[in-house]
Amino acid sequence: MTLEELELIVRSVRQENAAYDYEVNVCMDLACASQGAEKLRESLVAAGDASDKKIMVRRTGCMGPCSMGPLVRVDPDETLYSHVHASHAERIVQSLGDKPIPDLQCDLNEHFDKQVRVVLENAGYIDPERIDDYIARDGYKALLTALMEMTPYGVVHRITESGLRGRGGGGYPTGLKWGTVAKAGGDTKYVVCNGDEGDPGAFMDRSVMEGDPHRVIEGMAIAGYAVGASKGFIYVRAEYPVAVSRLTTAIREARRRGLLGNNLCGTTFNFDVEIRLGAGAFVCGEETALIASIEGRRGTPKPRPPYPAVSGLWGKPTLINNVETFANIPPIVRNGGKWFASMGSERSKGTKVFALTGKIKNTGLVEVPMGIKLREIIEVIGGGVSEGHTFKAVQTGGPSGGCIPAEMLDLGVSYDALLKVGSIMGSGGMIVMDDTSCMVNVARFFVEFCMTESCGKCIPCRAGTAQMYRLLSRICDGSATMDDLDMLEELCATVKETSLCGLGMTAPNPVLSTLKYFRNEYIEHIVHKRCPAGVCNIHAPAEVLA
Amino acid sequence: MSENVEVKTLTIDGHEVSARRGQTILEVARENNISIPTLCHLDGLTDVGACRLCLVEIAGVSKLLPSCVTTVYEGMEVHTDSERLQKHRRTILELLFTERNHICSVCVANGHCELQSLAQSQGLTHVRLPYRNPDLSVDASHERFTLDHNRCILCTRCVRVCAEIEGAHVWDVMGRGINSLIISDLHENWGASSCTRCGKCVQVCPTGALFDKSKVGSEHPKYPDFLPYLNLMRESQ
Repeated sequence: MTLEELELIVRSVRQENAAYDYEVNVCMDLACASQGAEKLRESLVAAGDASDKKIMVRRTGCMGPCSMGPLVRVDPDETLYSHVHASHAERIVQSLGDKPIPDLQCDLNEHFDKQVRVVLENAGYIDPERIDDYIARDGYKALLTALMEMTPYGVVHRITESGLRGRGGGGYPTGLKWGTVAKAGGDTKYVVCNGDEGDPGAFMDRSVMEGDPHRVIEGMAIAGYAVGASKGFIYVRAEYPVAVSRLTTAIREARRRGLLGNNLCGTTFNFDVEIRLGAGAFVCGEETALIASIEGRRGTPKPRPPYPAVSGLWGKPTLINNVETFANIPPIVRNGGKWFASMGSERSKGTKVFALTGKIKNTGLVEVPMGIKLREIIEVIGGGVSEGHTFKAVQTGGPSGGCIPAEMLDLGVSYDALLKVGSIMGSGGMIVMDDTSCMVNVARFFVEFCMTESCGKCIPCRAGTAQMYRLLSRICDGSATMDDLDMLEELCATVKETSLCGLGMTAPNPVLSTLKYFRNEYIEHIVHKRCPAGVCNIHAPAEVLA
Repeated sequence: MSENVEVKTLTIDGHEVSARRGQTILEVARENNISIPTLCHLDGLTDVGACRLCLVEIAGVSKLLPSCVTTVYEGMEVHTDSERLQKHRRTILELLFTERNHICSVCVANGHCELQSLAQSQGLTHVRLPYRNPDLSVDASHERFTLDHNRCILCTRCVRVCAEIEGAHVWDVMGRGINSLIISDLHENWGASSCTRCGKCVQVCPTGALFDKSKVGSEHPKYPDFLPYLNLMRESQ
């Protein structure tokens, strides 16, 4: 495959598409699929066949506003229909070339206007199982450009220049990581893509892998070229069967097109990708545990250093990046590091995909430039909490993150700002809570999650989270004393400072942040035996009520 | 020993000490009679850094680092016994005592138990956390030894000695988190497992979780010191 051949494919796809007057895109992501998108697509195809209009029905990845599903977008006029049912198919086909159907039309202009789509630019526009669709939208151009026109050092330099930071949560500068692996000695190196997304309420990586799998593969191949690796592994959790099957198809197609394999683009560069399935342990998202899992061992973390960049998979230098990080690579290589660095805030560049969930109107996937205010994400893009309720807090970073209260909504989203207020950027889960959420109960939920997902290797995380859960349960059922609260705080400090890996070190964050901003709720539970949100079932003893 | 040994100088608790490049803080501290409490570490086995008791403070590093796997560098300033560390160590010991059913007065290892000794040396006078009192089994199917899960602290010394020194890899860990359990083979009875009956695991076990049946109800000191010697002899072969 050469750049010229790529251009030929682009032209033939455009020619093919030009034969149709209308493109009807049906979102087939999980949320839409579970509401009958497959049946809807079949009905649209049938209705299209019956009419004399030239219609192409395409299944696509996630379009974003999942709560509005099933979604259909009609091109070229970009009309978005929400809550579409199979019975609407004929009306949609009839309306083509005429006025849009008002009762199905989805008015989410504000929702989309605030967003900047880099990672998700193809999601909703391409059929994830067709490599040609991806190529027609500049796919694999970055890989071939890098191979033909750039040195590996040049690629690393471009990534460094872009200021991209790891999207898995830690925010380690990607260029620096690539540089370290590139400089590490040895003939054998590996590139690993971490697709073990496990935070409750987070589904960004799944959507990217399902909606635009080639982008991840392209990003990995560029990384392989930059650091000198010829083998890549995508570690996907087995709970994402659709992502696995889309990636498998994508890898097969890429091999067939000569975009993976030996002597890519006629150069001496070889690169191939294999999929490895995770068996359901959250801790395998931690890089050293992930490596152990790929090697076929029990997925438990190891003390670092040595870092994987020096000694990783089978003791070889290994580059591990998250799905979203790899998805950012092709546009950076295509458009230059300065283009990427022009977006975002001072120390957090580019955009970030968030999975907006919880007590909010427009749940779904959003991509915003870094530095955007939380208020804009929640009130404008998310549409705010449902009527009659007031916003209480937003939880970012999953079980490792914290709850940010209403007073801090004007905070600009960046790695450092979130860390400063006791939360983390994390992989991008954003759970909105309103006045019906009990913050103690929320903290207990996340601690329970960490307790069951702890690998059991180090004592603070194994036994500490279990004791924390016990103390929080006592607070929730009204049997705790103020001494228990002191003990809880002390335990949080020990678990945070002494645990072996990130899971344990960050497990107390939900407790610490709710204690910081919602301490009165804890006091209400303990002293007045009352749950302000009415969530916890407290049977208060008679003397307290009297 | 190779001829060009790189020497690093550092301070541990204010004492100036020298070390070879690649040595761990724990090794250097013990060479200089500075004691750092350990539980999962054992001379002769690979380190896993799991018990978190040997954590030390290093000037300029915000995280606490396990001294058993952290190697020295020139000018390093290590503190092994700050108030913060003592507090964490006591909490970790409390967590261990409350995790399973450790009742010293009826344990075969009473008086010879590393967990008990650590609690004494760290000044753990009482336990503030509630005891979990889990319902755990005892495997007495082996003809010579017994495994009592109630006294296990999951240090994985038995797993490592069996895999690394004996080469049998009978022991492993099952489950995760608070439900982790040491198992023989694929969770079979120890007596029916592929155990070679060498007894190394019993000698390295820091508590009374693994013990010799002939020693029940009597004193049961353990002798894990054979390991470095065994390794030395093997290396010289």
